[in-house]
This record gives sequence, C-alpha cells and structure tokens, in this order.
Amino acid sequence: MCGIVGLFIKDKSLEPRLGAMLSDMLGTMCDRGPDSAGFAVYGAPKAGEAKITVQSATPAADFAGLDGALAEAVGAKVSISVKDTHAVLAVPADKVAEARAALTRLRPSVRVMGVGEAIEIYKEVGYPTQVSKRFALAGMTGTHGIGHTRMATESAVTTLGAHPFSTGADECLVHNGSLSNHNNLRRELKHDGMSFETENDTEVAAAYLTWRMNQGLNLGEALEKSLDDLDGFYTFVVGTKNGFGVLRDPIACKPAVLAETDQYVAFGSEYRALVNLPGIENARVWEPEPSTVYFWER
Amino acid sequence: MPKVDLARTSLRELNQTLHGLKAGVNETDWEVVNPKGSHAVAVGVDAPVTVEIKGSVGYYCAGMNKEATIVVHGSAGPGVAENMMSGEVRIKGDASQYAGATGKGGLLVIEGNAASRCGISMKGIDIVVKGNIGHMSAFMAQSGNLVVCGNAGDALGDSIYEARLFVRGKVKSLGADCIEKEMRPEHLEILAGLLAKAGIEDAKPEEFKRYGSARKLYNFNIDNADAY
Repeated sequence: MCGIVGLFIKDKSLEPRLGAMLSDMLGTMCDRGPDSAGFAVYGAPKAGEAKITVQSATPAADFAGLDGALAEAVGAKVSISVKDTHAVLAVPADKVAEARAALTRLRPSVRVMGVGEAIEIYKEVGYPTQVSKRFALAGMTGTHGIGHTRMATESAVTTLGAHPFSTGADECLVHNGSLSNHNNLRRELKHDGMSFETENDTEVAAAYLTWRMNQGLNLGEALEKSLDDLDGFYTFVVGTKNGFGVLRDPIACKPAVLAETDQYVAFGSEYRALVNLPGIENARVWEPEPSTVYFWER
Repeated sequence: MPKVDLARTSLRELNQTLHGLKAGVNETDWEVVNPKGSHAVAVGVDAPVTVEIKGSVGYYCAGMNKEATIVVHGSAGPGVAENMMSGEVRIKGDASQYAGATGKGGLLVIEGNAASRCGISMKGIDIVVKGNIGHMSAFMAQSGNLVVCGNAGDALGDSIYEARLFVRGKVKSLGADCIEKEMRPEHLEILAGLLAKAGIEDAKPEEFKRYGSARKLYNFNIDNADAY
C-alpha cells in the first residue's frame, strides 16, 4: 500500500509549522505502511552554502569530529548538526563534490541521503511515528516537504530502501505502487552514467527524473516524459528546490487526494491525512486525474 | 436523534450499534459527526433507518447497505456503497474510485463528481452522478442503470454485459463492446424516474444519450480477439 503525504506552503506565516503539520499527516498514514518511513524537508537556503544529509548505522563513531576532518579536507568551514542516525553537514556550495569525495575516504560507512541547498532527508526502518519522533520532524520549519510510510514490496526493508529517494541536488521522490520495468530502465540509466544504491524500483523513478532534468527539462516536463517510459502502478510526489509535483499512472488505482487553499497545497494518499490542516473545510479537494502532471512552483 | 461522535466513539462501536438496529426500531434517524475520513463508516446496515454523516469519509462507506438511507455531507473515499443491496446512499460531495462497485440494488446518488471505475461490475444498482465520472466506469457492468449528468472518462462500459448507461455530456471514449443505443420511450421513462428519485431537476431525459452492450463479446469469437 504505502502512504504518501506532501505539503507545499504558499503563505509564509505557515512555514514555521511545516514540520508539525507534516508529522501529523505522516502519523495518520502509519497503517498504510508500517515498515519504514522517511521525509524530506526544504528549509530556507543560505547563500553560498550547501547541505549534505548523511546517515550512519554507528552515528557516535562516524559523526564525532566529522566536521573538523571534512573542513581540513576541503579547506573551508564545515558545520555539522546531528539528529539521531542522521547528520546535516553545511559546506560551501562550491565544495560539495570535494566534500563528498572526502566523506567516502574519511567515513566509508556513512551514506549520503541527499544533497542540495534547501533539502534535508531523514529516513529509517521502524514505525513511522517513531521515525518522525527520532528526527524531531514536528519542530522543523521550511517551505515544503514530503513524507512516506512504506509497506515494502519491491525490495528489502532497509534504511536505504526507505523513501524519499534523492538522486539529484535538491530533488526527491516518494512513490506508492510498483514499477514493472525498473530493471531494464536501471540498466539503461546506468549506461548513461547514473548510479544506484539499491535494488528499489522507486530509486529508478527518482533517477529517471534526475536524468531527464539533467537533459534540461523542468520537473513538469520530466514527469510528462515518465508517462511514456515508466511502466507499472505509481502515484509520485516529487520535490525540487522550489517545486512540488504529483503524477499518477494511466490506470490510477493507487489512491491520491490533493487539497489547495490560498495558504498551501497538500497531498495525501487518503483524505484522512489532511483533516487537521488549517482551513481544510474550505479547501478545494480533488482526486488527481490519471496521466496528468500537477506541478507548483514558487 | 441519536448522535454518534467518532472523535469519542470507536468506529466498531458505531457499526455494532447500527448492526443491532432491526426493522421497526423506534430510533430511525442517526447522526454521525467527526468522521474525518475514517474507513468503513456505516458498513453493513440492515434496517430502514437514516444515517446522516456530517463530514467526509474514507474507504468503503455504506458498503453492503440494505434498507438504510445513508447521507454523507462531504466527500467519500474509494469503494463507497460497494455491493449495496437496497436502500439509498447519497454523497453530497465527490466520490473516489469504484463507487457503487458490484452493487445489486438500491440507489446511489453522487451530487459531485465520481472518479474512475464508477459502477464497476454493477449488478442491479442504480447510480446517479450529478457531475462527471472517471475512466473505466461501468467496466463489466451486468445490470442496473448508471446516469451521468456531466461527462464520462475513457473506456466507458468496457466489456459491458447488460446495464444501461445514460450520459448527458461528452463521453471521452467507449470501451470494448460498448455502443451508443437508441433512446426509446421506455428508456426516457426509466431515466425520468431515476432523475426524480435522485432529486435532480435541472436535467431533462431528452438531453441524455444511452449506451449499452453490443453483445459481441458474449461468446468467444476469433474475429473479436483483439477486443477481449
């Protein structure tokens, strides 16, 4: 089944409440996917700075002194903010590639979850409410965010197999459904230079969109193309640095509900996930059409 | 009027209470508040009572309904009034996919729009939708009437057996073995009756077209292989 939620804030006054609203929505979707959970939150970017979200199975050992070691390696200031098994490293924007290379060398057991100016990604195995509590999602602020509760179908229940999947800077994707041509597509994308960390079908969808956007397409156009190239059942919710997209396959049997007010756009696998949002009684609530790209940008 | 607040009462308690009602019961008007998208609200009611649900519901509301009148003052999630036997279910807002699926009797009225697969495999139920319906509606429909005051999506009536489909607006495409049929006086009469029962006054029977089965796929015929 899997549960997806997403929130794209239009009214600045709601930004401090993004995490609180998103964690409430995610909590409601626990029974659609109790295996693992994850979320991406887009905060305010700082000029000239990039964030690298990393994960470790042994955070105490891996994160101790990591900022200092990385700073020395790249010759610039690096700060670290640790949350449970994850940490967000702030590095100068022009040092991201260097920092990633140094990370592999300095802490080989650390995994990069996402990179970008605004995005932070947290995901773990476990019951979704517990996962969001571990990372204190309710206290986070930001402009938009997406979340996922996973009922594993296509690959193992592991931290890396949890959603969201991020395969490009400030990009992430969550998925309810399963893709039937992901092995072939993975092979083709690998041939074109994309790299993969899991056997998960959703990672292929994320990488596909990144690949399309690397060709110069915007998110809306990339989603449009995926209708031709992805086979299977899917409801996708996608985040970019300043955008938020939704797409359902032509059969559209995976549930989806969108709601829009002057203050926000919200997505839920079920209406239940949206019931505590402010002004939901008067929101425009609708079911996204099959094969139709919905896309908001700030 | 007994009022059940789903913020305080569990769904199971509500449904058990409703299942306990028998024909002839004195308390015939029920109100349910704070449904907040809950699943399976008022499923399996089997008594001539009215249940007014104040808000939106999730999956399978009013499924297997018999005798009861169930009104949702909001929208309904997937599978509303699935396998309904008799009575009436009315959705004031929109309905999600497979509304009225496999219904054997009774009347389902959707005052907003219905999503995909509305009336899939319907077996005698009457469904009246004031707005539009999505793709693959009335797929393998067997009997009953589907009335759509707005437009229908792709593949209407795919592999249909014998149900009558009346659409006032545009049909995006017809499914395998579904064709437009002549609107005869008896069909206008059936349609007028359904519109009246549903309380729809701004649509005239003459504005609708009728669709139904071409009956070409009843038995396997190699010439039709591509259509199966």
